[in-house]
Amino acid sequence: MTATDSDRRTPAAGRRPQAGIRLGRAQRTGQALRFVALLLGAVVFLVPFYLLVRNGLSTNADITAPTWRLLPTQVQWGNVGELFADPAVPMLRSLVNSLLVSVVQTTGTIVLSGLAGYGLARIPVRYAGVVSGLIVATLLIPAAVTFVPTFVVVSSLGWVSSLRGLIVPGLFQALATFLFRQYFLNFPRELEDAGRVDGLNYWGVFWRIVLPNSKGFVAAVATITFIGSWNAFLWPLVIAQDSSSWTVQIALSTFLTSQTINLHELFLAAVFSILPLLLIFIGLQRFIVQGVESTGINR
Amino acid sequence: MSAPTRSRPVAQRPPLWRRLAGDQNRNLWFWAFVGPFVAGLTVFVYIPILWSVYLSFFDARNTVTPTDFVGFGNYRDMLTDPAFLSSMGTFIVFAAFIVPLTFAASLGLALMIHRVRRFKAFFRSVYFLPTACSYVVAALIWKLSIFNGVRFGLVNTVLSWFGIEPIAWLSVTQPPWYWLVLVTLRLWLQVGFYMILFLAGLQRIPTVLYEAAAVDGAAPGWQTFRYVTFPQLRTTSVAVLVLLLINAFQAFDEFYNLLANAGAAGSGGAYPPYARPPLVYLYYVALGSQQDFGHGSAGAVLLALVIALFTVLQGRLLRFGRNE
Repeated sequence: MTATDSDRRTPAAGRRPQAGIRLGRAQRTGQALRFVALLLGAVVFLVPFYLLVRNGLSTNADITAPTWRLLPTQVQWGNVGELFADPAVPMLRSLVNSLLVSVVQTTGTIVLSGLAGYGLARIPVRYAGVVSGLIVATLLIPAAVTFVPTFVVVSSLGWVSSLRGLIVPGLFQALATFLFRQYFLNFPRELEDAGRVDGLNYWGVFWRIVLPNSKGFVAAVATITFIGSWNAFLWPLVIAQDSSSWTVQIALSTFLTSQTINLHELFLAAVFSILPLLLIFIGLQRFIVQGVESTGINR
Repeated sequence: MSAPTRSRPVAQRPPLWRRLAGDQNRNLWFWAFVGPFVAGLTVFVYIPILWSVYLSFFDARNTVTPTDFVGFGNYRDMLTDPAFLSSMGTFIVFAAFIVPLTFAASLGLALMIHRVRRFKAFFRSVYFLPTACSYVVAALIWKLSIFNGVRFGLVNTVLSWFGIEPIAWLSVTQPPWYWLVLVTLRLWLQVGFYMILFLAGLQRIPTVLYEAAAVDGAAPGWQTFRYVTFPQLRTTSVAVLVLLLINAFQAFDEFYNLLANAGAAGSGGAYPPYARPPLVYLYYVALGSQQDFGHGSAGAVLLALVIALFTVLQGRLLRFGRNE
């Protein structure tokens, strides 16, 4: 009872929507139940990550042992060297390819979609609405459905099994352009006007004023683009037919679907394939969450 | 005499290049900003779509400049092809499972995390973390470690503690255990992402509404959820459902990686016919040994039409875009 009264008056109570309504024993039990359920769920959600690391640092015999062990009998750090020295798995090459593709696609998307989004939002020409409509219309056609015709175009350009073929078609992201347009529509005009008074044209205003003041949004779009690009599978599978152009996802998949599998190498390769994204996640989590929240569906 | 009549339009209409450039060169600026993007979109999206529609009316095996016009032949073939139809059926079963499940799970998680008092940020991070994994990595863990068909797989190990014999999760079709593998994998990967969307939606609900509901005598818990929380999440819910459906239609990565077998790249033979979504089938048709772009394109056009149909239907059902 007293707990109820005091809780109602703390300013923190406002943060929880139902805090002011009833905080008795039932509420406390609810809290405890929620906490335990979430904790159990969290453990389940982390199991796959644990399996990845455990198997990657075990011997094959440990992985396939009939009795379950929580940890490897002995941690095999040597697996790391073995993985990168294995001539059958072009691991380093694939990681470098993935990094090149993702970095170029992310940078390209920011520049191309940023410019286009700004133009659509801020340069008053009569047909800007029509152009926006045509761009948004492509969002209704799922990207994966166009993989056959896009492959036809790219192969007639002679770009199969090349970095160009992997990178260029992914540079034109209608969703990113649409998001940038929505964002720039709400950009404070006063800042731009200040730049115009100083004699800057559209180009100058965009690069010197608008972009530097949009770091948070740019970071959000960049992280989401990077994740999508790094994890892309269907397009690289279609285009990277030669092992020198494999991305890390294709390298993993090839060994996953092949007959002889060196289990610990495969798991370790998977660990290395998610490390860059995990680092980004830990460093930029705030931006990612913001970015996901701003994916255009919040009114 | 005639000079004024001739000079008047000249004075009003500036030279051609000036008119093209627009007021203060606005047209030029507009295309300098938007042009590069639109050019790329044309080459890599618009032209492919048109080309695809064109190819779908031709017999185009191993060629992208076909001469053998077959009219709606490719479409007829695809619509009477039991493999294509069963892949469509597979998709519908898959969507019927995954869309409501992911919706309910992510909403439930968001509600719990929104109302838990301690370690909120920690829980949010943990459930969001799988978003960093690719379907390939998840398929690897699911296929080779969790749902491995032999005794050392995690699930079979746990089952053996209760004296249950190991189950070959991916190759048993009676009962179709592979669905359990496919569905749990996608849940693990996707739930966190949609949970974040719901959390954002929950944060925007004004506290006043809950106070008003309490005054009106709504019991906290189910009644409050039913009359306050859920209606307030309508925009988010509609968006989540649309995204889930589109994503389900694009299912490819995990099916391919879980079920394709040795040497399967480029040959349809090693992929079991059950649990084959449309994209996997089209991948084998168009890029398999046949390189049959005609049938592949016809299938892609049909798939696009089905997706459009589903999206419109769902939009109608959810009254998408209509205000309360």
